[in-house]
Amino acid sequence: MSTLVLVLATGVGLGALYFLVASGLSLIYGLMHVLNFAHGVFLTLGAFIGWEAAQRMGASGWAAFVVSILVGGIVGTLFATVTELALIRPLYERHIEQVLVTVGLAFAAVALFEGIWGSDPLYISGPAWLDETTSLLGARIPNVYFVLMIAATALLASLVVFLKYTRFGMIIRAGVENRAMVTALGIDVKKSFTLVFAIGGSAAGVGGVLAAHYTGYVSAHLGQGLLIFAFIVTVIGGLGSLAGAAIASVLVAVLQQLANYYLGGTGDFIVVAALAVVLLARPRGLLGRRPA
Amino acid sequence: MNALIRSYGAAAFGVALVVLMALLPLLNISIPGVLPTPTYQPGALAMLSLAMVFSALALSYNMLLGTGGMLSFGHALYFGAGAYGLGIILANLGVPLWPGVVLALVGGLAIAFVTGAISMRVTGIPFAMVTLAFAQAGSVLVRRNSSITGGEEGLSLETDHVPDFLVGVANTRNLYWLTLALLVVVYLVALWVDRSRLGHLASAARENELRLRVLGLEPNRAKLVLFLIAAVSASLAGVGYILLQSGTVPRAVSADLTITVLVMVVLGGVGYRWGAILGGFLYTVLDQRLTVLAGSEAIESLPSVLRVPLSEPLFLLGTLFILVVMFLPGGIAGTVQSWWARRSGGRPRDELGELEDDAEEVLEPAETRRS
Repeated sequence: MSTLVLVLATGVGLGALYFLVASGLSLIYGLMHVLNFAHGVFLTLGAFIGWEAAQRMGASGWAAFVVSILVGGIVGTLFATVTELALIRPLYERHIEQVLVTVGLAFAAVALFEGIWGSDPLYISGPAWLDETTSLLGARIPNVYFVLMIAATALLASLVVFLKYTRFGMIIRAGVENRAMVTALGIDVKKSFTLVFAIGGSAAGVGGVLAAHYTGYVSAHLGQGLLIFAFIVTVIGGLGSLAGAAIASVLVAVLQQLANYYLGGTGDFIVVAALAVVLLARPRGLLGRRPA
Repeated sequence: MNALIRSYGAAAFGVALVVLMALLPLLNISIPGVLPTPTYQPGALAMLSLAMVFSALALSYNMLLGTGGMLSFGHALYFGAGAYGLGIILANLGVPLWPGVVLALVGGLAIAFVTGAISMRVTGIPFAMVTLAFAQAGSVLVRRNSSITGGEEGLSLETDHVPDFLVGVANTRNLYWLTLALLVVVYLVALWVDRSRLGHLASAARENELRLRVLGLEPNRAKLVLFLIAAVSASLAGVGYILLQSGTVPRAVSADLTITVLVMVVLGGVGYRWGAILGGFLYTVLDQRLTVLAGSEAIESLPSVLRVPLSEPLFLLGTLFILVVMFLPGGIAGTVQSWWARRSGGRPRDELGELEDDAEEVLEPAETRRS
């Protein structure tokens, strides 16, 4: 029983991490039809710079942890905003080229990170509390999972509030629904393109710092490894659907952890099989909109 | 008549080029800065062979992206299936080389059939993501099952059943000719695909799938067959790879490799067969030369702001790739071709632009029809 609880908690923690990546991907795809391959490097850069900041403040303090999260988020936001302005915007409406540019950026950035921080993982440490465990239903669950769950829930809640109750949020929702109409009404959709990139980038940057605490290290490939699962999550959840991404994140991660534990480490494989099943039975994903 | 002369001219040029390439190991040509050694020595031949293997892979990818308009991120899976397939078969089944090659290709075909049929449930960008996921699963399988595949260490080629003339550094020349033959075969397949009814159907589906359906044609089967042909060609390139390198590493099935191939094809020019070959050569040469450059003293002595980026070949290649996509749509081949066409007064063609319409077609109909 306690093992099952632990496996489930690990799954939900990992799912929270997936959601931090997938939410941005899904919003960007929904609004702009851009598959952002560079999303993983936003995360990696956030993790690296966040760790540098934490190290300068003495890594084991709470202040350093909070600052590293803030720094990670800011770095992710800036990197994503610059990417949108410099690389995506000039290729307006040319989707294949936009994808290719993000692929090139990811390629170049990973190599650059390896040049700066080396190709071996950097092992990190945080406040001691994060590595301790809390007993829940007889299972000893690492505290970092709770932080991840709180972060992902906070992100989901603030995104929902932002999308529902603010003017920019409304424009984004309308843009996902029917961009041609929004443009025809004289609203500048381009601003919201930059905005979704900034939001996605900040979530990824925060996710990077937390991912580093989840895995215990930072490496140049941290983000790209997570990105593939985030892609799977967004396809299963339904492209462009935030709620779908949230549900699929948890489902995929829990399934992965269960298979890893009970079926001898076949988690990654089961996830791809689940993707195949979803595609065969329901190509638009769990909550994807029906193609007309 | 003019077109006839031009096509015979191109064919004659191609044959002359192949003959020249075939004669290279017998000549003593040094190209400092490009080839590490004179052409008759193994160093240069090994590099050129690798370039030809990658060119063949790039050609097979161009069938998908250029002809069929399918942006796949899982092409490395079929390359790896050829490489690992042959390695595993030779190590475990004890069959001679050539039946082993056939078995490896059949294996690649089977994997391509299953994954291709499922991936084609979706099109456009989702297709790219799904193919990536399958390739990732393949990569995980290879890394996990180290008793069969050698895991992270890679799999070295079991040479007991490989004919002696293909083994060892002294025989690099024979391997060179083998990879040249392989490249020619894949080129002819690509040429046939582009000229056949199948290729026309697939490229018509790239342009406007809806119209094809209205005309009562069924493009899905054509696209699947095209996918399978491209996958088997990639497996063939993988077979050449393991023979040439006398082993294979997990990178051969990784998403990294697919992205590398994408870089080659886009650099050379999407939709141009000679562009794909050029891209394969250019990438291999740049990769090797930039690595040498990275270790050179001129770079060592620079301040770290310049030294770190310049000593990462992949960073430079990635940047070059971004610049090509942004400022040279059509790649090298497309730019040369449109310059040539403008000079002789014809209409330039814009391959990526054509693809764009397709992406629009695939992604947008829901929106257009809803409004």
